[in-house]
Amino acid sequence: MTTLLSVENLSKVYTLGGGLFKKSRDLVALNDISLTVEAGETLAIVGESGCGKTTLGRCIIKAQPVTEGKVFYHQEGGQKVELTALDKRAIKPWRRDIRMIFQDPMSSLNPNMRVFDIVAEPLRVHRICKGRELEERVVSTLAKVGIPADAIGRYPHAFSGGQRQRIGIARALVLDPKLVIADEAVSALDVSIQAQVLNLLDDLKEEFGLTYIFISHDLGVVNYIADRVVVMYLGHVVETSPTELLFERPRHPYTEMLLEALPIADPSRRKGRNKELKGEIPYLGNRPQGCPFHTRCKYAEDKCRAEKPVLRPINGTAQMAACHFAEKLNLQGAYEAPQKVFA
Amino acid sequence: MAVDTIAPAELVAPKKLKRESQLALMWRRFKRHQLAVVSLWIVVFFYLVAAFAEFLAPTDPSAYSARYTYAPPQGLQFIVSTEDGGWAFQPHVNGYKTEVDPKAMRRSFVIDPEEIIPVQFFAPSKPYYLAGFIPMSIKFMGVENPRDPFYVLGADRLGRDMLSRLIHGTRISLSIGLAGVTLSLFFGIVIGGFAGYYGGWFDSTVMRVVEFIRSMPTIPLWLGLAAALPKDWSALQTYFAITIILSLIGWTELARVVRGRFLSLRTEDFVTAAQLDGASDWRIVTRHMVPSFTSHIIAAATLAIPGMILAETALSFLGLGLQPPIVSWGTLLQEAQNIRTLATAPWLLAPGVCVVMVILSLNFFGDGLRDAADPHGR
Repeated sequence: MTTLLSVENLSKVYTLGGGLFKKSRDLVALNDISLTVEAGETLAIVGESGCGKTTLGRCIIKAQPVTEGKVFYHQEGGQKVELTALDKRAIKPWRRDIRMIFQDPMSSLNPNMRVFDIVAEPLRVHRICKGRELEERVVSTLAKVGIPADAIGRYPHAFSGGQRQRIGIARALVLDPKLVIADEAVSALDVSIQAQVLNLLDDLKEEFGLTYIFISHDLGVVNYIADRVVVMYLGHVVETSPTELLFERPRHPYTEMLLEALPIADPSRRKGRNKELKGEIPYLGNRPQGCPFHTRCKYAEDKCRAEKPVLRPINGTAQMAACHFAEKLNLQGAYEAPQKVFA
Repeated sequence: MAVDTIAPAELVAPKKLKRESQLALMWRRFKRHQLAVVSLWIVVFFYLVAAFAEFLAPTDPSAYSARYTYAPPQGLQFIVSTEDGGWAFQPHVNGYKTEVDPKAMRRSFVIDPEEIIPVQFFAPSKPYYLAGFIPMSIKFMGVENPRDPFYVLGADRLGRDMLSRLIHGTRISLSIGLAGVTLSLFFGIVIGGFAGYYGGWFDSTVMRVVEFIRSMPTIPLWLGLAAALPKDWSALQTYFAITIILSLIGWTELARVVRGRFLSLRTEDFVTAAQLDGASDWRIVTRHMVPSFTSHIIAAATLAIPGMILAETALSFLGLGLQPPIVSWGTLLQEAQNIRTLATAPWLLAPGVCVVMVILSLNFFGDGLRDAADPHGR
C-alpha cells in the first residue's frame, strides 16, 4: 500500500470574540493531529459531535485554512505536494483529485441549479470538456449513481433525500477523483436509504479505485464500510486502529465508552450494555489539563490529570492509542461487531 | 422521506432533453397570482402612458388659457342624438357655459349639453417629437378646432389641460422611480455584496455607515439636499440631482438585503461545494449566489420603486423637489394644496389617485414576482 495523503501536526485554532473592549479567546478545534491515509482504503474518523472530525475534513480539503501543520498529497510518482502551502489558484489542479461529499443533501445542492448543471459545474470550472462530451459524461456519472437521464433537467427540490445524496456523490465523482472525503454522508438519511447509499459508495470505490475518508458518528456504519478507524476526542486523535481490532479490543477508554453505547437489536444479549455516554464534553475553549479525556474516564488516575499522553503504537500491533494505561487496561470491545444489518 | 425507487438507469444518450427555462417557470407561477397579474397590467399601462406621453396628451401641458381657469372635466361621450330623433356615433365633448351663483356672485363653468365639440381620434396635430427623437404629427385624440375647449379631466388654475399634465407628470414620476431604483440597486448590490461576501472590517464599516444614514430623518435630509441645488440648474439637471438624492438613501435598504443574503449563503454547503470545485470568487458570486436571491432582489427593487415615487411626490409637493415648469405628480399635487381649491376643483386630485393606483399595483406586482421567483414555492 502506498500513502495517498498525510497530515502532519495539524492544528486549527479559532479566535473567538475580540472586539474593541473584549479580549479574544482561542478555541482549539484540532490539536496536533497526524495521520496518514493509504491509497485504496476507507479511513473512518469517528467521535462525538464537537470533537473536530468535520473540521479535520474541511482542513484537509482546504475548505478552511489551517492554523499550523501540513497536509501532503502524494502524487502517483511519489512526489509530495504540500496542500497547505498552496494558495487558491495553485491548489486548483488538486481539487480534481480530492473531492467532498456533504452531510446535508438539502443544503449542499444549489436549489437554483438543475441537476445537470450541478454535476457539470466541476467539469466546466476545470474546463475538462464541453458540449456533447460534457453532456455524456454528466449523464453517465449520474447513471452510475442511479439517477436516470430524464431527470437531469429537474431542480434538486424534486428529489428525495437519498436521491439528492446520490447527486452529491455524482458531483464528487465526475472529476475522477482519487480521494473522497465523505462528511457524515449518510447521517441525514433514513436507515434503509443509508444502506443503499453505503452500498453505492462501496461499489463506486471498486469501480473508480477510490480512497475514502469517511467522517461519521455512527459506529455501525463505520464498522460496515471502514478498513481503519481514527477515534477523535476534543480535537485529539485518541486511537487509530483497524476496524476489526477496534471493535474487538479497544485500546482507549473513550473508544470503549463509544462501543458500550452501541445499540444492540437483540434484548437478550444486551446484559447491562447499551449504556449512554457519561459526562459532558468539556467546552473546547476550556480544555482540561493532562489527558483531555480524564474528566469522563472511569480509569483516570493522577498521572492522567497531570500528563498528556501521546499517541503511540500498542504492543507492536497496528493499533495506536493515546492513553497512559493502554497496555494495562483490559477494555471491553463490542461483544461482537454490531450485526451487519446492511449486508 | 420516500424510499428510493430509481432503478439503475440504462445509459441512454441524451436526445433532446426537455427543459423549460427559469423564466417560463417563473411566468407560469406568476400567472397563478391573479392580483399580481392585474397589477402587472396596470403598471404596464402606466409605463406605456409614460413612454408615449406626447402622443397621448391632447395638448401641450404648459399651454394655458385664461378663459378656462378651473374648468370642470367635460367627460368624453360617444353618442349624439340626431335631429330626426335617432342617434349616431360621434365622439365628442360638451362646451361650457358660464353661470353666476346668485348668492356668492361667483362665476363658474357648467357643462353645456347643447354645444357639441366633435373629438377626433388619431387627429392630425402640429409636428412634435415623440420621446424627443421620433417625429410625429398625429395625436391620440384632439378637437378639430384648436380654439374649442378640450378638458376631459378639467383645467387647473391657469386653464391648462389636466389630462395632458397628468400624462406628462406620469412620465417624470415613473421614470424617476425607475432611475432611482436602478441607481440604488447598483450601489446596493455592489456595496452590500462586497460587505456580505468578504465580511470582516469592511462589512462592519459599511453597515455602520448604512445605519448612520438610515438613522437620519429622511424628509429633512432630502429637503436640505434639495434646497442646496442651485436654482439656475436646468430642468434636466434638477431631475437627475433629485434622482441621486433619492437613491442616496434608497441604496442602504437594498445593500442590507443583499448583504444579508450573502452572509447567509456564504456558509451554505453548496457555496462550499463550489469553492471546492475550484470555482473563482466571481463565478461563485455570479453563478451560485446571485441567482439564488434574484427573487429577493427583484422583490426588493420592485418594492423600492413606490418608495421612490412617493419620496419624489412628497418632496415636490412640499415645493423642494422638482420645480414647475417640470410636471410631475408631486408638482401637480402642489396645486391641490389648499382646501378652497379642492372644494372648487376636486379634479386636481387626479394625480393622487394615480399615485395610489401605481403604488398599490407595484406592491402587489412585487409580491407576486417574489413568490414566483422562489423555487421552493409550490
